[in-house]
Amino acid sequence: MVCLCYAKEKEVPLSLSCSIVRGDMSRFIATRRLASNIFVSKSATRTFCNDAPSKLNDVPHGSQFNKELEDEQGFTNDIPQYDIAIVGGGMVGMALACSLASMPLTKQLSIAIIDSNPALTNGSSIKKDDPPDPRVSTVTPATISLFKGIGAWQYVEQHRHAYFDRMQVWDYTGFGYTRYNARDADKDVLGCVVENKVLHKSLLSCLQIHLTDGNKTEQNKDFKKTIYPTRLSSMSLPTRSSVSAAGASQSKSLANLAKLELSDGTNLYAKLVVSFNVGADGSKSHVRELAGIKTTGWNYSQSAVICTVEHSAENFCAWQRFLPAGPIALLPIGDNFSNIVWTMSPKEASNHKIMSEDDFVKAVNHALDFGYGPHPESQVFGSGVLSSFFRPDVTSSANEGFELPPKVVKVASQRMAFPLSLMHANQYASKRVVLIGDAAHTVHPLAGQGVNMGYGDAASLSNVIADGVAVGSDIGTWHGSYVQVTLLKKYEADRKTANITMMAVLDGFQKAYSVDFGPLNILRAAAFNGANVFAPLKKNIISYASGERRLPFLS
Amino acid sequence: MSRTMFTRSLYQLQNLSRSNGLSLHSSSTNFKHAVLAAFQPLLHSRPYANNPQPAASASSVDQAELAKFAAIAESWWDAEGPFKPLHVMNPTRLTFIRSTLCRHFGKDPFSARPFEGLKFIDVGCGGGILSEPLARMGASVTGIDAVEKNIKIAQVHADLDPVASSIEYRCTTAENLVEEQMKFDAVIALEVIEHVANPDGFCKSLSALTKPHGATIISTINRSMRAYATAIVAAEYILHWLPKGTHQWSSFLTPEELVLTLQRASISVEEMAGFAYDPLTGQWSLTDDISVNFIAFGIKNSE
Repeated sequence: MVCLCYAKEKEVPLSLSCSIVRGDMSRFIATRRLASNIFVSKSATRTFCNDAPSKLNDVPHGSQFNKELEDEQGFTNDIPQYDIAIVGGGMVGMALACSLASMPLTKQLSIAIIDSNPALTNGSSIKKDDPPDPRVSTVTPATISLFKGIGAWQYVEQHRHAYFDRMQVWDYTGFGYTRYNARDADKDVLGCVVENKVLHKSLLSCLQIHLTDGNKTEQNKDFKKTIYPTRLSSMSLPTRSSVSAAGASQSKSLANLAKLELSDGTNLYAKLVVSFNVGADGSKSHVRELAGIKTTGWNYSQSAVICTVEHSAENFCAWQRFLPAGPIALLPIGDNFSNIVWTMSPKEASNHKIMSEDDFVKAVNHALDFGYGPHPESQVFGSGVLSSFFRPDVTSSANEGFELPPKVVKVASQRMAFPLSLMHANQYASKRVVLIGDAAHTVHPLAGQGVNMGYGDAASLSNVIADGVAVGSDIGTWHGSYVQVTLLKKYEADRKTANITMMAVLDGFQKAYSVDFGPLNILRAAAFNGANVFAPLKKNIISYASGERRLPFLS
Repeated sequence: MSRTMFTRSLYQLQNLSRSNGLSLHSSSTNFKHAVLAAFQPLLHSRPYANNPQPAASASSVDQAELAKFAAIAESWWDAEGPFKPLHVMNPTRLTFIRSTLCRHFGKDPFSARPFEGLKFIDVGCGGGILSEPLARMGASVTGIDAVEKNIKIAQVHADLDPVASSIEYRCTTAENLVEEQMKFDAVIALEVIEHVANPDGFCKSLSALTKPHGATIISTINRSMRAYATAIVAAEYILHWLPKGTHQWSSFLTPEELVLTLQRASISVEEMAGFAYDPLTGQWSLTDDISVNFIAFGIKNSE
């Protein structure tokens, strides 16, 4: 304690005290001070810069990084510490990193990104003539405004993307159809369909801009992000016993952090570990398992086949038809291309994946047209005598007749199939760990909401972290209580309600459409037509699906 | 604060010197106090400013109050324990402190560490639940508390975070630091003044610790009917948020009394806010309603 008083009375700025302290103070205090100073003094070499790719190539794993640290301070504490470690370099994680970089309160947090995907570091660009990738996402207006807020949407618009303002939903029974138009809810678009790789690339570009501003002002140097091109092999989280068992004060502070061991042998410490995706083969989130968070969920006995197809003319509308085995969706992605998401039984899915392209085109056209059932009749209001007396509050789209989707001419990409399931983590956070996106929840793709829920999580978490930094909290703390005592609990409370409601709605749809039973079909169709006709209900549905409100049916 | 409030307070103080201890302002309050006196068994009269203090106690420390806190010292950082209300209220208090101090010292409120280079003291720091966030905001923090156990707990917890371990904790009182001639940019004493024996002397010590044109922030509970119902009956007896006997209603200060006490100590109160608790969401928020918990920000007159 005496030493600390002495240092304080010198009243030097924190970064300079580093060199004074090393000379004559005990190592004990110096290490503690250096742990917080290290990035302030070394930011220039630690940042991820596009104009210094050679430096990054010299650091294939973190060992050289460690060595520099050791040389600099000459102490045994050579394991880097970060504020936030993002496990995985996918879209939702990068959205979180971008969001943190774009807010003044969180710009100075040090972030480590752990992903072995070379696309993160090699800075390749997407060419305009690239064939469209079948992995696309329908981005809701809420997510679009998130992207605009962090400055990434401008990059999305430079590549292939397709806004759509119309949508038609019908089913095979021929009893009814629904047409949604953005004008019903006084909006311009219902959403935008973008390839995942375009979203990813835009977020990476945005991150890079936040790092290397043209003027290289002091502000931008604050944002420290390091990419570890490797995979997480194991993680140890602090428990009460591990913290009290730690010996010297310095290791006690380290014992209070999460320690991550990477597959190339590097170790790092982090105040908060964020996991947002699951393994590419659909396996569980590694971080979630290590944190001991259990999940609830079930597999749908369905798989989805995705593919890009081409039309003879541009498609401006999103189409979805519910078939007995599952819905087929046709989403415009620009330049005469559309994306197909066709849900069916796993056996059928593998058949459709391997059948010839011509057969697949025929199957798709059949499914969208007369396959499995008749067309619904067009409803047009205002044609009869009675309608002049009863003027129900209908939206303009209720007057639109039933249209057939455009014919598919040929297949434009490889077909992929993956199984569908519903999963929800019992908790979104635990000490030093937080789950966002697919690691916390997965849903059926029938409404295109999955990735939008993930982006919503990222936005909420970055706001919660900013609030925490504003009041000087330790960002990784979590107390197990229903009262929102700490940050992570706040994030969980915010997102859990919204996510669970959305999942319940989607699961309800999935179950309602998986039964082919006469009276139920008629009920379904009645509900369908009701949704088509009643304007307040339709506005409600559109604004809920656009991400504007958290809960449906509550204004 | 409005001029009428000041005038009313002056009259109240004049009445005080006449009425020998209990703060009786008007006939209606006389009645209220009589009723409360019947219900509150431990209503002990506290000599306020105008009554001369017995010469013996040079410090404002009240041993009985210290013993209360020493008994539950271990549970400071247990967010479920007896200090849970403080943990829940902490972000709200910090919001007020951050906003007023950033404005006072002309610092950028969007910076992550706005108080770099400033010296703060947290008087009555307890386990350090205020000191640590202030240190994370960049200030050089000194935390003092009269209970030895609290300081030990605070030091142990601060060691868990490298930024917090720069906090200097001392087991001492504000008066001792005044003798050491220490000065700080901001002196913060939250939820302390209702536990000291001599609030007037305490405020004078706080003022002596503040640099000229420095900031002083005090938070406490209002001596109102609503506060009796909320902070004592509801919090201690019904909801069991606090151990019984944590607060004495007669030790609470009204905002007018606090302002005048601080004025006598050369601190002029610039801003005041209240904390309101919403039982449905379980969250505290800053309001204009100072009838229960309130916090005051004052500036020390430049000499």
